[in-house]
Amino acid sequence: MTLIDHQTWQAAVADLTAGSSVFVAIWAERNADAAIVHLAGRHRGAASVEVLSLATSSLHYPSVGLHHPAAILMERAIQDIHGLTADGLPDTRPWLDHGTWPHSRPVVPYPFKPVTGEGVHQIPVGPVHAGTIEPGHFRFSVNGETIVGLEARLGYTHKGTLDLMRGKAPDQAARLAGRVSGDSTVAYTFAFCRAVEQAMGVDVPPRAASLRGIMAELERLANHFGDFGAICNDSGFPLINAHGGVLRERVLRLAASAFGHRLMMDCIVPGGVAVDLTADSARTMTASLPDLLVQFERLVELYDKTASLQDRVVTAGWLDPLLARRLGCGGYVGRASGQDFDARRDLQYAPYDRLTLAVPCLDAGDVDARVRVRMAEIRQSVALILELLGTLADGELRAVLPDGVAASTGSAVVEGFRGDIFAHARTSEGLIAEVFLRDPSWFFWPALEAAIEGNIVADFPLCNKSFNASYSGCDL
Amino acid sequence: MRKLLIESVFRGKLTEPPPIVSDGEKAALVADLDRVAQRRLGRSLAIREVDAGSCNGCELEIIALTNALYDLERFGLKFVASPRHADVLMVTGPVTRNMEAALRLTYEAMPAPKFVVAVGDCACTGGLFAESPVCVGTVEQILPIDLRIPGCPPDPVALLKGLISLIG
Ligand code: SF4
Repeated sequence: MTLIDHQTWQAAVADLTAGSSVFVAIWAERNADAAIVHLAGRHRGAASVEVLSLATSSLHYPSVGLHHPAAILMERAIQDIHGLTADGLPDTRPWLDHGTWPHSRPVVPYPFKPVTGEGVHQIPVGPVHAGTIEPGHFRFSVNGETIVGLEARLGYTHKGTLDLMRGKAPDQAARLAGRVSGDSTVAYTFAFCRAVEQAMGVDVPPRAASLRGIMAELERLANHFGDFGAICNDSGFPLINAHGGVLRERVLRLAASAFGHRLMMDCIVPGGVAVDLTADSARTMTASLPDLLVQFERLVELYDKTASLQDRVVTAGWLDPLLARRLGCGGYVGRASGQDFDARRDLQYAPYDRLTLAVPCLDAGDVDARVRVRMAEIRQSVALILELLGTLADGELRAVLPDGVAASTGSAVVEGFRGDIFAHARTSEGLIAEVFLRDPSWFFWPALEAAIEGNIVADFPLCNKSFNASYSGCDL
Repeated sequence: MRKLLIESVFRGKLTEPPPIVSDGEKAALVADLDRVAQRRLGRSLAIREVDAGSCNGCELEIIALTNALYDLERFGLKFVASPRHADVLMVTGPVTRNMEAALRLTYEAMPAPKFVVAVGDCACTGGLFAESPVCVGTVEQILPIDLRIPGCPPDPVALLKGLISLIG
């Protein structure tokens, strides 16, 4: 870790504001009266993420969110967790701290942003929602049927995951990383393990790298199939949901029979993978995936030809490509709004560094575009898995981690089904000294708040599902 | 669409036979079951699910119960949107401090008699989050429990077995 001065920090913030670099994350660590704030960013077109670290003895640091709004939520989280003040931060309301922790700041009722205007009323929803989904509070300001403003308040699932990871051995910490957001457990363990391996200078054996790729693509497939159905369901078209649910289930069963766990939790471990793929399982996978794709294409045809469904998804929940760019939205949310970025292609990591990948990118920015990006990714994931299976090398599954090495840091970005997950770890004496994991959803929530404006209340579930931001992923 | 529907009719149903729950398994799951409530509630139960800070893994498997292969509703069990309509409170997660109040309120909003089911290692024991100072730890510390379905996450068959034990 190299510390920088204020001037370099301000220059980096200016790059973010100008748009020549993309904001990745901001987080902090604190011991007693001193703290270090870390800022991660990526120059547009660059193949890696850069981390800048600023020490502060006053528990104050210059706010990034003041100049670049994408950082505001994370700076509010830093304020809650570490008690640091971001000088100039435009919104200093607590974020994760709801006044319920042993170390909470004094509680006041959460001050939602005031909304005024003739005929405007508010609809509070949550944290317990009507469906089987994660908890969060939505405050809708509505004029007639039209949403004029949405404010999301999260933090309900804050478990102190990062805190629990500190001081643990890499294996134990990886299990926690795999429970930051269960739907992305493979992508999270993948990202965290790569960060640890970089810190410890470990090379993952080629077979393990390929198996990681296969798991990551299976995870993407399962989520895309399920969400495709769920989005159609929220548009009042349950037939596709019924079939999408079956396709998802088929993928999970493939995963369970190949790797022993339906969601493939704890299958990726620091140094490699915990389970091997038998020749039998590989054959089953090779035989059944194209079959699933055939069934999927018929659902796509149905989606295309059903006018009532198209009527709901086209133009709904429009995310302005300019905003997507400013926020640095990744994944299908970014790619449906013109942001041509995919960590697998642009930040090249094993096993994708030897595969070619055509990244789908659309400009429409609506629910339909987000669905279509996912459709293209489904086809691609099947192709990638088949290629990885076809070229699977024999060999070791896991490299041994050295113990007792001096402190060193590593970071990694992995493209999860939702978007790019950033992981940063510092290891010291074989343990995890410091860690940060950034979910793509940090940028989806503000994007959703903007995209929902002007839509009718009844379209919120549909728009929300098309973003499918994780709650647990950014509550941590 | 017609093609797909007609085909589905002729292909027969995808739904699989229900899992068989042995007496031993049942006994292990329903250690604290309220027998009076069981007699009164009968065999058709409305379930309200509350995520009390899960990683969302448990939710994924709970949602899978409603897919065509497991078809939960054939057992008379269905998910409802309001606690006012619910007989069963199904809770996941290590009960974060930030969700504790909402969980209690949801429970209180349900008419008695009612069951509480803890789903997943987090809800049953706190799981990997048991030691977190910002989590309560287990559902049992907050509410009386009738059934525990362990697993991280429990797969749909484990969930089905648990819920089948609930209806006797
Ligand atoms: S039991 Fe496992 S899957 Fe369920 S919420 Fe806890 S960590 Fe997630």
